[in-house]
Amino acid sequence: MDYTAKELMVVCAARQIQDGERVFVGMRLPLIAFALAKRTHAPNCVGLFESGTLRDTPAEQLLYTMGDAPNITDSLWATSTVNVIGLMATGEINLGFIGGAEIDRYGNLNTSLIGDWQEPHVRLPGSGGGADIASLAQRLAIIIPHERHRLRERVDFVTSPGYGYPDEQGSAGVSWRLRQGLPRGGPSALITTLAVFTFDLATGEALLQSYHPGSSVEEVQAQTGWQLRLAPACAETIPPSAEELAVIRQCDPQGVWTR
Amino acid sequence: MTKLLSMREAIARYVPDGASIAIGLALEALIPHAAAHEIIRQRRRDLTLIGPISDILFDQLIGAGCVAKIQAAWVGNVSEGLGHCYRRATEKAIPRPLITESQSNFTIGLALFAAAMGAPYIPTRSLLGSDIPRHNPNLRVETSPLDGEPVLLVPAIQPDVAIIHVQRSDEEGNAHLWGNTGITQEAMLAARDVIIVAEEIVERAVIISDPNRVLGPAFKVRAVVHEPGGAHPAPVQGYYNRDHAFYHEYHTATRALVGYQEWLQTWILDVPDRAAYLAKLGEQCWQALAVKEHRYAAPVDYGY
Repeated sequence: MDYTAKELMVVCAARQIQDGERVFVGMRLPLIAFALAKRTHAPNCVGLFESGTLRDTPAEQLLYTMGDAPNITDSLWATSTVNVIGLMATGEINLGFIGGAEIDRYGNLNTSLIGDWQEPHVRLPGSGGGADIASLAQRLAIIIPHERHRLRERVDFVTSPGYGYPDEQGSAGVSWRLRQGLPRGGPSALITTLAVFTFDLATGEALLQSYHPGSSVEEVQAQTGWQLRLAPACAETIPPSAEELAVIRQCDPQGVWTR
Repeated sequence: MTKLLSMREAIARYVPDGASIAIGLALEALIPHAAAHEIIRQRRRDLTLIGPISDILFDQLIGAGCVAKIQAAWVGNVSEGLGHCYRRATEKAIPRPLITESQSNFTIGLALFAAAMGAPYIPTRSLLGSDIPRHNPNLRVETSPLDGEPVLLVPAIQPDVAIIHVQRSDEEGNAHLWGNTGITQEAMLAARDVIIVAEEIVERAVIISDPNRVLGPAFKVRAVVHEPGGAHPAPVQGYYNRDHAFYHEYHTATRALVGYQEWLQTWILDVPDRAAYLAKLGEQCWQALAVKEHRYAAPVDYGY
């Protein structure tokens, strides 16, 4: 069956959502992943948007942004940013999605700049709500194109904290987050155009969980800026089902986000 | 007392050089583009812009040389990606150097909320471990006196003026806004002055028929501008949809500096006001963005 890399990423993202969960939905692919999860395995999940929206049905039209009018129509709550991110700060939100320009082996994400703070080579838009989601959600799923310059040993700027770095006080991982004072959370999945990673909570390191059909451990390694560690059950990514593809193409018939 | 002013007069009176302005506060919706264009036409300088994401509004003001400092979570073009003028300003100081004080959507909301509550700062556990506080001198990681744990202190930000686009207002500035609010209410309550930009001017009776929908007290409002279509290309719930193609065209056109300058000339400097802008946009485009199917809320009973 034919499908695009982005369609497979949407499927992998949707599979992160368990039924009944409260999900902080980001932009682009997660917008479709939320709709896909709702219509397949997670009919009881609810979506929150940092613009200040809560809904339990996917919007009736493809969304270019979370602030599009169809995302407000038939929503369950139209409120403020502080209220919805505040809910996440209290620990109520199970899963959040974010994207970024570059990520490192400890799941630290950069959406701020490439190069030096004072004289950036490329100035990126910034956190938006990304740093809040990375700080406060119970679990974090990150979506990024898989290129060697994007998956680095260490990012130039930690916009959204993952599992930090080893330092004189201890290792990276959950213990690093606790040392910083973060209340919970950390990356649980890194979804790329070539693979899906999980994370070792003790060391904070990304583990290759699966490589997409047509790719391989070797190709993933060639496109990754750190020495891969494989998860114990590392295998090929399960491809999209016909049903999953049908729902995605119903949500995004022109392929605005998924082609 | 009527506070109705033209956009030209409202900007001339309440947005001086050097002002700090909270604008574009509901994230992607209700962005006061008409106000920003008037600020550019009046050649304001050394402004500080305060907001969450602003979509392309901050990018335009930066490119026009109006801005000295940004206090925001994100600057770019939401459906397209990077903001080319923001890049030129921060990477190459074109057309002038720009200071960025990075925030997140939560912390910029908390900073305005703190000002709205008269609090010096609000503590949060968000952004601990992020590099953002290391590069923003106004965000401080301290040890909480209550439990000895690290905590981020987000100091209050009081804008000189908040410019807020709403669906409808009376002439005094009693305004109804619906849909998601982003950090609009926090900004209105925090700001010293407020300019309300409304799609429709309605009778006071319409406003007081539904006081739960009122954003904040009219005594903070200095000017009310009647500006139909004033948020385009951003959406206004119940009035018009987002013009996705316009954002794409802006992104493509402004990639090079000369392209931005042409865009600026065409869409802002050669256009005297929003009515002329909408005429330039054309009836066909406007019709395509119109609400296709109205969805009215059930009435509520405020009787006694």
